Amino acid sequence: MALTGIQIFKLLPKTNCKECGVPTCLAFAMNLASGKAELDSCPYVSDEAKEQLAEASAPPIRPVALGKGVRKTTTGGETVLYRHEKTFFNPTILAATVSSDIDAAELDKTLKIYNAFQYERVGLNLRPELLVVKDAGNGAEAFATVAGKIAKESEFNLVLMTQDIDVMKAGVETAGFKRPLLYAATADNADEMGALAKDNDLPLAVKADSVEALQPLTEKLTGMGLKDLVLDPGSREIKQALEDQVAIRRAALKASNKALGFPTITFPCEMASNLDMETLIAGMMVAKYGGIVVMSDFTSESLFPLLLERLNIYTDPQRPMTVTEGIFEIGNPDENSPVLVTTNFALTYFIVSGEIEASKVPAWLLIKDSEGLSVLTAWAAGKFGGDDVGMFVKKSGIMDKVKHTELIIPGYAAAIAGDIEEELPGWTITVGPREAAHLPAFLKSK
Amino acid sequence: MGFEITKESYAGSIKGITIGKGDNTLTVGGQTSYPFYQFEGDMPNKPVIAMEIWDITPEDWPEAALAPFKDVVSDTAAWAKKCVEEYGAQAIVLQLKSTDPNDKDASADDAAATVKNVLAAINVPLIIWGCAVPAKDEEVLKKISEVCEGENLIIGPVEEKNHKGIGAAAMGYGHTIISSSPIDVNLAKQVNILLENLGMSLDKVIVDPTTGGLGYGLEYSYSVMERLTQAAMTQGDDKLQNPMINNLGNEVWKCKEAKQTVADAPELGDPERRAILMEAVGAVSYLLAGSSILIMRHPESIKLAKSFIDLISD
Ligand code: B12
Ligand code: SF4
Repeated sequence: MALTGIQIFKLLPKTNCKECGVPTCLAFAMNLASGKAELDSCPYVSDEAKEQLAEASAPPIRPVALGKGVRKTTTGGETVLYRHEKTFFNPTILAATVSSDIDAAELDKTLKIYNAFQYERVGLNLRPELLVVKDAGNGAEAFATVAGKIAKESEFNLVLMTQDIDVMKAGVETAGFKRPLLYAATADNADEMGALAKDNDLPLAVKADSVEALQPLTEKLTGMGLKDLVLDPGSREIKQALEDQVAIRRAALKASNKALGFPTITFPCEMASNLDMETLIAGMMVAKYGGIVVMSDFTSESLFPLLLERLNIYTDPQRPMTVTEGIFEIGNPDENSPVLVTTNFALTYFIVSGEIEASKVPAWLLIKDSEGLSVLTAWAAGKFGGDDVGMFVKKSGIMDKVKHTELIIPGYAAAIAGDIEEELPGWTITVGPREAAHLPAFLKSK
Repeated sequence: MGFEITKESYAGSIKGITIGKGDNTLTVGGQTSYPFYQFEGDMPNKPVIAMEIWDITPEDWPEAALAPFKDVVSDTAAWAKKCVEEYGAQAIVLQLKSTDPNDKDASADDAAATVKNVLAAINVPLIIWGCAVPAKDEEVLKKISEVCEGENLIIGPVEEKNHKGIGAAAMGYGHTIISSSPIDVNLAKQVNILLENLGMSLDKVIVDPTTGGLGYGLEYSYSVMERLTQAAMTQGDDKLQNPMINNLGNEVWKCKEAKQTVADAPELGDPERRAILMEAVGAVSYLLAGSSILIMRHPESIKLAKSFIDLISD
């Protein structure tokens, strides 16, 4: 946890030489504590003090970077137990499992299918990030071949999963360039796995039989100089798994437990006998602190709901996703094309523009700044009233672009039609459908 | 060097509230820890899943949602019966869609008659969900309260605007209320205080924090529920210690991705399984946020959510 100004002061030279730009060491210490100064500004702090300060200012849960390329991600780095306290930063990473005895043709097929699982939503590309290559006991070469092929030929990043150090070494040789996570160091192999991860500068998962048993292991590994660890407390039963996730998160954030200050990896694939139940358990892990969630397989029906949940849970609650106010052209509209208006909540914009696009009717979509609120919410909050919508349309410049005088408003905003008419004399205000899904039919019939 | 989990210190718990009547009752709430955190408290009553039925034939349900009920959607009582007998519904939620003044605008008398029919057809608690137009709900729910005296129906949504009329009727005729507010801790508390001022005991109140669909506002509901739970349990706010209800099926199944066919969205796979899992994953999120009664639609998603509840509770 962060040190107080007084605690930092004790580590400073106390000479008040002013070289850091403030009159006293105490003032400098206070600035450091509140994040207003950098330690480097004082040329006289001892190395020992530097180390102590760096350790104290390290995030309570270490952010661990995984993978390379477009699906590179980070797990960990969380600072709160509940998203409303600030936000959750690094979305739970979704993984599926590939066995090392898969044949090349089958793997090609799988990669092709998995690669197609990408969904455009609110301007984001929602997709899974990881594949776990699981040692099927068919030798180091087979393992290395599968891992290497995934690393080279796909965007997916990897977890290399084996207890056998030779198999792991072979995997690192072919796939190490993509910064895979090594799974896992255990009480039995921590020295060798730790050394391998350290030599190749790779993140390492640590597996034990309980949260308690994880601690001596991570302490040993950090003692060896490893920093990027990921925790598996070994629970494969849902109730215990939830308890363990909460225990680890609280230990790091509430008890400043450094030995548990790492992200977690969880295995719904080992907790259920079918993919549907795995999906629900994964849903629990997305909400309750899973860093990486490993499924047996990906299907679009099971992935998509999890991607939506993840998007929701990891959205910053203090900043709704918005788009900028203005005129959006959809499909090359001309002076006779319809004009529609809605709010600047990203979700609203993307749903509405998507439906207009699907209608193939070129149109002008006006986005009014409503502080990122949906239509009904904005209306209820007084951010999408008749007067301001009318005023906005006037100022938007749309009148120079079209010859007609018809404005289509959302069905849920029917109540503001009269007020807009007053603000826009001569214009016809048409109340559109309530649900955007009915827009294509509505626009086509115009 | 042993490890001790850092425990939350609780200053309050959620009320246990019994819904239904006679032999057909269920108790919801009663937990003394955050949802499913049984390592530091008890959860004596598992969350309940209530199956929704409509009092009109749904026109905009996707095929997947309609299929299990095809034979009964035009007969509300038969629909209720099927949910209980065939799908083992723990409770029924009758959504009074017919009463919406912007739609069919059915009368309070008609709605009350439907409720009586449904009551006669089932032996589980019955929840009545209005059309969310405050004035109309007041008229309809008052009438229903009267003709179903003593049945301990759970009626709502009750808002600031109509709490007086519905509150008085619920007290007079022995029903439980769903106190509803739009995703806001203070407003939720406000409605409960108003109900109490009216003379209503909070032992007869379930809270509806307002439910957003998966991918359509779930995050707002999720967080407000966590905040309500914290206010109730760690801050000990006795105006907010009520079990919560979420009208989930209604939200999930109206969103676009739950409705798209294979032709609309080939990349999303099988429409039936996709929507079922959307509803079930939504359920898991709401359960973890503290829901005590989840209103759901599809028998398969309900089955999944129930197994999840069993696995995480026992
Ligand atoms: C999430 C949410 C919130 C979030 C905000 C989310 C956001 N960024 O907007 C929060 C928690 C902040 C919130 C706050 C409030 N909320 Co609110 N909220 C909701 C909720 C659950 C979902 C809204 C949502 O995201 N919808 C999804 C978007 C995509 O919908 P949409 O913008 O309407 O777009 C759809 C259609 O309108 C249409 N469409 C959109 N544009 C266009 C354009 C054209 C031309 C056409 C044809 C169609 C069209 O297409 C879209 C998809 O079909 C709803 C209830 C519900 N389940 O719907 C209540 C709701 C909207 N909120 C409500 C209220 C009252 C409030 C508050 C005023 C409460 C208060 N007093 O504090 C505040 C106001 C905010 C403020 N003061 O800051 C009420 C509004 C009631 C009413 N009819 O007036 C609702 C309906 C809840 C209720 N039943 O009481 N809310
Ligand atoms: S530079 Fe260092 S030693 Fe000098 S006053 Fe600042 S903190 Fe103290």
